[in-house]
Amino acid sequence: MADTSLAVQFKNVDKWFDDFHVLKNIDLKVLTGEKIVICGPSGSGKSTLVRCINSLEQHNSGNIMVQGKEVNKNLSKGTEVSSEVGMVFQQFNLFPHLTVKENLILGPMKARGLTRKEADDRAMKLLERVKIPEQVNKYPSQLSGGQQQRVAIARSLCMEPKIMLFDEPTSALDPEMIAEVLDVIIDLAQEGITMVVVTHEMGFAKKAADRMIFMDEGRIVETGTPDDFFNNPQTERCKLFLKQILQH
Amino acid sequence: MKTKTFIAITLLLVASGCSSPPGTWGWYVIDPSTQNGWNNIKFLLSGFSATIRLSVLAAFLSILIGLVVALPGMSLNRWVRLPSRVYIEFVRAIPLLPMLFWVFYGLPVILKSLGLNIPIDPFWGAAITLAISDSAFTAEIYRGGIQSIEKGQTEAAKTVGLNYMQTMRYVILPQALRRILPPLANQFIYIVKMSAFASVIGMQELTRRANEVVVSEYRPLEIYSLLILEYLVLVLIISSAVRWLERKMGADQRS
Repeated sequence: MADTSLAVQFKNVDKWFDDFHVLKNIDLKVLTGEKIVICGPSGSGKSTLVRCINSLEQHNSGNIMVQGKEVNKNLSKGTEVSSEVGMVFQQFNLFPHLTVKENLILGPMKARGLTRKEADDRAMKLLERVKIPEQVNKYPSQLSGGQQQRVAIARSLCMEPKIMLFDEPTSALDPEMIAEVLDVIIDLAQEGITMVVVTHEMGFAKKAADRMIFMDEGRIVETGTPDDFFNNPQTERCKLFLKQILQH
Repeated sequence: MKTKTFIAITLLLVASGCSSPPGTWGWYVIDPSTQNGWNNIKFLLSGFSATIRLSVLAAFLSILIGLVVALPGMSLNRWVRLPSRVYIEFVRAIPLLPMLFWVFYGLPVILKSLGLNIPIDPFWGAAITLAISDSAFTAEIYRGGIQSIEKGQTEAAKTVGLNYMQTMRYVILPQALRRILPPLANQFIYIVKMSAFASVIGMQELTRRANEVVVSEYRPLEIYSLLILEYLVLVLIISSAVRWLERKMGADQRS
């Protein structure tokens, strides 16, 4: 029954924050290995949509399938899906009381049961991949924003997720640090991993995305290849958004 | 600052005592150069041991009770939360002195009616009362500390596969502890001061001893001045320890 070529599937998903209808009848299929970029004005529900995938938010109706498993609507039981899904937050959310290495090995050791040696090896490999192996014994507060976000990416990858979610990964960064983080994400996109990225970095979207999704007021308004999306937007709302975001 | 002001006032009092007509002041009651004065001082200072033992035991019990009360108080289930809430509101509303009377004079009656012959001596009566009274505040300190940790920490812990207990143990509590310890240590000062109430049920601590010397010597001003100085020294020692702890915690706070 479960389609293995689908990483994520939303069927008629609705969600409310009390009276606020934040997701309206969302239908979405993300293929395995696909890189999706979601954009749209603030408050359009992009972050909420992404957070529903790893049950940081619970949906009120409809179905969400992740890697062939249904995401439980009851949050307290929803932990099993999220271990297949890595997430990078806007605010990094590194554990400030742990060193970079401890941040990376905590999940693999406690949740995956790796030995310290295995976890250490994996952590070092990933730190080299995000190009900061020399920071391994520092604390997050001793790193720049860009370095912290790269550690956060490595921390997620340490769990060997099948799907990576990025929730505005560069929005909290100083401009000169955005590139170093995007480079790492683009590098990651070259591999087979499925990615869903919420971002306003349109240059990144053009380079890395297989498909663009534009959201407004809780709905998916437009979807298409980056080529179509940027050169030939169909809806007025999307045209206006692109005009505003690309004018500078 | 506190120390300097106090020393200044004390010196002023002493100086005024020296120059005033006889009968107004009587520092002789605690003059170490006389046999009687020296005996009085020894008697008064020997109350330190009981005050400190009582405070330490009460603080220890309070820290334990507070944690037991605080953890269910943060449950998502309101029926688990309710007893914790009721305990905190109830205990916070009772003044210390009536609670002390109730525990010391009332509780043994209940215990006896239950067939339990457990005598409550002044030391344990005071320790239990202080601990219960203070535990409502320690519970709130725990809750505040744990809830002050950003929601993103819990979310990040979840995305790296940790369950609730692991998240608490490895991510939330180590961070919360840094915020909890200084106010908890501060609460110890409150216990030391409130331990003076134990004097009314006959416990031989600092205040009780001062009262006894006052009754025999009839020199309240001098004796109580010394008593206040005794508490001040004790509290200043603790508060400098708290400040040291805060600095240490602050230096370690890497966020």
